[in-house]
Amino acid sequence: MALAPGAFARHRSAMRKRAAVFYSLILTATLLGLVVLAVLIVDVFRDGARWLDWDFITSFPSRFPARAGIKSAIFGTIWLMGFTALFAFPIGVGTAIYLEEYAPRHWLIQILQLNIANLAGVPSIVYGILGLTLFVRAMSLDRSILAGALTIALLVLPIIIIAAREAIKAVPNSLREGSYALGATRWQTIWHLVLPQALPGILTGTILALSRGIGETAPLLMIGALTFIAFTPASPLDPFTVLPIQIFNWTGRPQDEFRGLAAAGIIVLLGILLLMNTGAVLLRNKFQRRDEG
Amino acid sequence: MNNPEKTGGHNPASITTPKGAEAPDTSPDGSEQQVEPRITIAEDLLERPESAPGAVSGASAKLVTKDMHFFYGDFRALRNISIEIPENRVTAIIGPSGCGKSTLLRCFNRMNDSISGARLQGQVLFNNMDLYAPGVDPTEIRFRIGMVFQKPNPFPKTIYDNVAFGPRINGFKVDMDQLVEESLRRAALWDEVKGRLKDRALTLSGGQQQRLCIARTLAVQPEVILMDEPASALDPVATQAIEDLIRVLTQRYTIVIVTHNIQQAARISHRTIFMTMGDDRAGFVVETGETRQVFTVPKDERTEAFITGRFG
Repeated sequence: MALAPGAFARHRSAMRKRAAVFYSLILTATLLGLVVLAVLIVDVFRDGARWLDWDFITSFPSRFPARAGIKSAIFGTIWLMGFTALFAFPIGVGTAIYLEEYAPRHWLIQILQLNIANLAGVPSIVYGILGLTLFVRAMSLDRSILAGALTIALLVLPIIIIAAREAIKAVPNSLREGSYALGATRWQTIWHLVLPQALPGILTGTILALSRGIGETAPLLMIGALTFIAFTPASPLDPFTVLPIQIFNWTGRPQDEFRGLAAAGIIVLLGILLLMNTGAVLLRNKFQRRDEG
Repeated sequence: MNNPEKTGGHNPASITTPKGAEAPDTSPDGSEQQVEPRITIAEDLLERPESAPGAVSGASAKLVTKDMHFFYGDFRALRNISIEIPENRVTAIIGPSGCGKSTLLRCFNRMNDSISGARLQGQVLFNNMDLYAPGVDPTEIRFRIGMVFQKPNPFPKTIYDNVAFGPRINGFKVDMDQLVEESLRRAALWDEVKGRLKDRALTLSGGQQQRLCIARTLAVQPEVILMDEPASALDPVATQAIEDLIRVLTQRYTIVIVTHNIQQAARISHRTIFMTMGDDRAGFVVETGETRQVFTVPKDERTEAFITGRFG
């Protein structure tokens, strides 16, 4: 039986209308986020742009706004992130490999996985309390870079584990089977095939996790990093300050000039974040091109 | 791969003797048979002395299963499998979808080990050695019993590194360039890739990728090659190339091939194992025998029904 032409015309027109409504809704949602971000950036630049010069980056903090800079905070951030990556990357990737490639299907493992996902959502101040108890006091690392890096490493670890697991999971099983069929051990298969394939995803996830860690303030306040630091650290056991803490510090001062300095600090932090995220994208593209052959 | 030299001077396209007319019509579409009468080619292989050096008819059993059952958790996938795979022959495993052909094939190199809940009862003997005895290293088994998969799965590496992968991980101390060339030659791929060994394997066509996977398997010099529908993802020309290659490989290797393509089994195999499954979906062997016999005078009516296309 043939359908009469136009049998569904009314329904079709209603469908089109609904589609248009849905489209404008999601467009509004996207624009809303962008507008808020734009307002934030414009506001920060208006306050901070005039403080932002080379002197600002190469000077230590000072009681006098005109002489204050963020050199120690930049160095502190670099030290902190370096050590955080050093701890978090191998432990995170190792955990991900175990969970994806070795762990048996057992309820204990499933509880473990659930908890890792939960840990990613734990407020960062809680990690600060843990860091204070474990690293600062119990391991007597004091308010050192090492204590801070270990704390931030714990904080970003769940994110790295989840990203690395997704990357490892995305490696097609046919590659593993091809490798096993040649007599390869599990470790050879992981090392020669799975990890190289998963690496772009793992690295991207790690960089994104680190760029979350770079903006963390609360846990570092907790372990006592809020101090006046007018030198660059020379060893991982030195005290330190980082960009967000310096910014936090400045916003707490009564003078208006310091708010301008804080805004300038935010611009520097945003710049570093942008650099890291660009790095993540470039890294991913580079590896992807290579593997397309 | 229209290259007769590479197929050991044996050009299958030329073998279209009228004997094929005696074969029962095993396929609803007779078109393919007219090009290649299946039975005659299998016969031709049997009569070629070089296809099984030493013993053609009384070839010794390379792989044997004894009262083998296989389970995925509570589900019995294979029931009471007792078969023999003769040395230096092509043994085809045919049967309807889901009857456990691939599962059986993967029992031979313990590829099912990694599946959680998988369990095997009974014995699988390789050169009279129990593959599932305690203390047997599955990686060593897989190194001696190679496998080619349904979908070509070259590694995301260069053509060269794909072939060299197996020898390297197994610690071969050999002239790698020579081994790579020899393996690619045996897989009838050398002439097509010799100028581009450093290209990535994924730039090859599907048929070339599958021959690369065969070359990769040959490079570790296995005694047995298991093939799980190696041509089902390929076009007819590439399929032809793979089939030609299988014929030549019989001279050195024992081959077990799972195929959905009944004509293919008839064309390239010496022996055929026909499987089906019961009401509980457990696969079992209905009939085994010389391919010629299974296809012309099947002992079991289920075999006949299957090869004449009445079910499956």
